[in-house]
Amino acid sequence: MPFEWFVALRYLREEKAQTALILAAVSVGVSVIVFLSALINGLQVSLIDRTLGSQPHVTVHVPREVPRPLVYAVGDRAIARDVQAASQRLRSIDQWPAVMAEVERVPGVTAVSPMILGAGFAVRSDAKEPVMVRGVDPERYGAIIDVQRRMVAGRFDVSGGDVAIGSTLASDLGVGVGDKIRVVTTEGVEDVVTVAGVFTLGTEGADRTWLFTSLRHAQSLYALPGGATTLELKVADVFDAERAAGDVRDRTGLDADSWMKLNAELLAGLDAQSSSKWMIQFFVVVAVALGIASVLVVSVVQKSREIGILRAVGTSPQRVLRVFLIQGGVLGLAGSLVGSGLGGLFAKLFEGLARGADGAPRFPVQLDGALFLTATGIATGVGLLAAVIPARRAARLDPATVIRNG
Amino acid sequence: MAEALLVVEGVVKEYGERVRTRALAGVDLALDKGELAALIGPSGSGKSTLLNIIGLLDRPTSGRVVLAGTDTTGLDERALTALRARTLGFVFQFHYLLPAFTALENVMLPAWGDVGLPSRAMREQAQELLRAVGLGDRMGYRTTDLSGGQQQRVAIARALSRRPALVLADEPTGNLDTASADEVFGLMRRFNRESGTTFLVVTHDPRIADRCDRIVEIVDGRVRSDRRGPSR
Ligand SMILES: Nc1ncnc2c1ncn2[C@@H]1O[C@H](COP(=O)(O)OP(=O)(O)OP(=O)(O)O)[C@@H](O)[C@H]1O
Ligand SMILES: [Mg+2]
Repeated sequence: MPFEWFVALRYLREEKAQTALILAAVSVGVSVIVFLSALINGLQVSLIDRTLGSQPHVTVHVPREVPRPLVYAVGDRAIARDVQAASQRLRSIDQWPAVMAEVERVPGVTAVSPMILGAGFAVRSDAKEPVMVRGVDPERYGAIIDVQRRMVAGRFDVSGGDVAIGSTLASDLGVGVGDKIRVVTTEGVEDVVTVAGVFTLGTEGADRTWLFTSLRHAQSLYALPGGATTLELKVADVFDAERAAGDVRDRTGLDADSWMKLNAELLAGLDAQSSSKWMIQFFVVVAVALGIASVLVVSVVQKSREIGILRAVGTSPQRVLRVFLIQGGVLGLAGSLVGSGLGGLFAKLFEGLARGADGAPRFPVQLDGALFLTATGIATGVGLLAAVIPARRAARLDPATVIRNG
Repeated sequence: MAEALLVVEGVVKEYGERVRTRALAGVDLALDKGELAALIGPSGSGKSTLLNIIGLLDRPTSGRVVLAGTDTTGLDERALTALRARTLGFVFQFHYLLPAFTALENVMLPAWGDVGLPSRAMREQAQELLRAVGLGDRMGYRTTDLSGGQQQRVAIARALSRRPALVLADEPTGNLDTASADEVFGLMRRFNRESGTTFLVVTHDPRIADRCDRIVEIVDGRVRSDRRGPSR
């Protein structure tokens, strides 16, 4: 074994109480970090998952018609103007297949699905519910939101005149698979369709108002033959959505909204949560560092005589320095291994404690190798850093003074 | 006269910033290879100070130390450590062994700490030395479980482990009873004869001094007398 390792480990073993104490401190610190991260990351991932369960990453549509003033201001004269909001008609994206091909080339975009998105009513005997009609190509749409996997009854089959509706809407209308309903659109078109499936996407809005039909069917419902009002996109990295949306805007001149923009409040909340997590972790790391440093400083003072002897018999200051750096690193590493285990265990126990009615954990935790690796890396690095000052003190000890003073 | 292993020229050592204590007031001394010299003098005369300077543990205020042909005056800490590791061995009055390690490990540490990695040869040599100082059956003992005389013998084995040209011993027998002191000095005498290792031994014990080849006496930081001992 290299000299520095041999001496460092021997002294760690010799001073059992000190070593145990500092290991306990590091373990507790690391377990807090792991537990907190697992919990908060899990919470955030499940929140985002739920949000994106019924939302595309990016939505592309025709810009809203801007109100045009009737009189333009000229030169230095202010002119009273009359501005009226423009009425918003449902319009198709011009040449949408070409636009779709263009959008598919935007870096990061993994799937694009065309859609007709319009408003209307679903009517069944005396029940009349407002709906968002979504005309889609089921193949393509499956890559954006996997409705087929969220079916509670029937199938996500919207070929012909069939529709799939949200579970709340189904119960509001009192219909099930195979029943017929009437769809009335804002264009005044009416049609009778068969409910082929009922889905639940987990968000109230979707389950109460969404009605899927085929793109072709929707085109006729809204008198937009061959048209598509909206393109929905999926991107590789969900947090890259805003950038992708920007690219789409630049390339197509259309409006593109990312889920991040539409959920700015949620993201701000998550950000605040993350910041407080970082703060707590930062202070835990500082406390751990101070703990390691203080124990090592004491140990250098206690061992100054022995360090002096080592120096006198020919050990270089560099080797003495390394002995203490190794001790710091080993303490950090060992403590973080124990702490990672403990933190992971706590997180799992916690997840098991609080379960919802369906048996799914109410606080899903996110434990992954990256978290353990990061925690271990940080603790080892902190251990090394914390050891720098004591180690330098040890390396600077003057052997003559130590020998003289016994 | 054989070639000088150690040359000390006009070494002055002053301690303190405002109140200056002159521990050494110009010492000249030369040691030949193979000598066993005693350094005597009253308490506070500067013996330990001189030994620390020769041992490259401390630097003189002025004057120079030439060790094994190397002028040590301008050397940095790294070079001093290397020179110390390869040419010097130390035995101190209070057994400066490392209590966290066994006798064998203590003897191995100087070589191990210089080279970095232990070797079979290192271990075998350390075992041989411990057997030579009569501790063949105590190699795995922690030094705290050894008697004072045994500890001092381990210290001698450690001092010799790098086959140093010069061993510096500061009152190696100062804490021992007469029998143990004789035994410890006997070992140094034997290694001096067998392997030609040069020894400079600080002692207050006239019986020990008389058994050396040469007796250097310092008083008030100066060499007062330098004579050949009766044993040669
Ligand atoms: N670090 C120091 N600071 C100030 N003065 C010192 C220091 N070390 C030694 N001295 C002084 O230097 C002088 C010589 O001390 P030294 O230890 O060399 O004496 P010594 O001959 O070894 O004595 P002893 O036989 O008692 O061990 C003494 O006056 C002592 O007080
Ligand atoms: Mg002394």
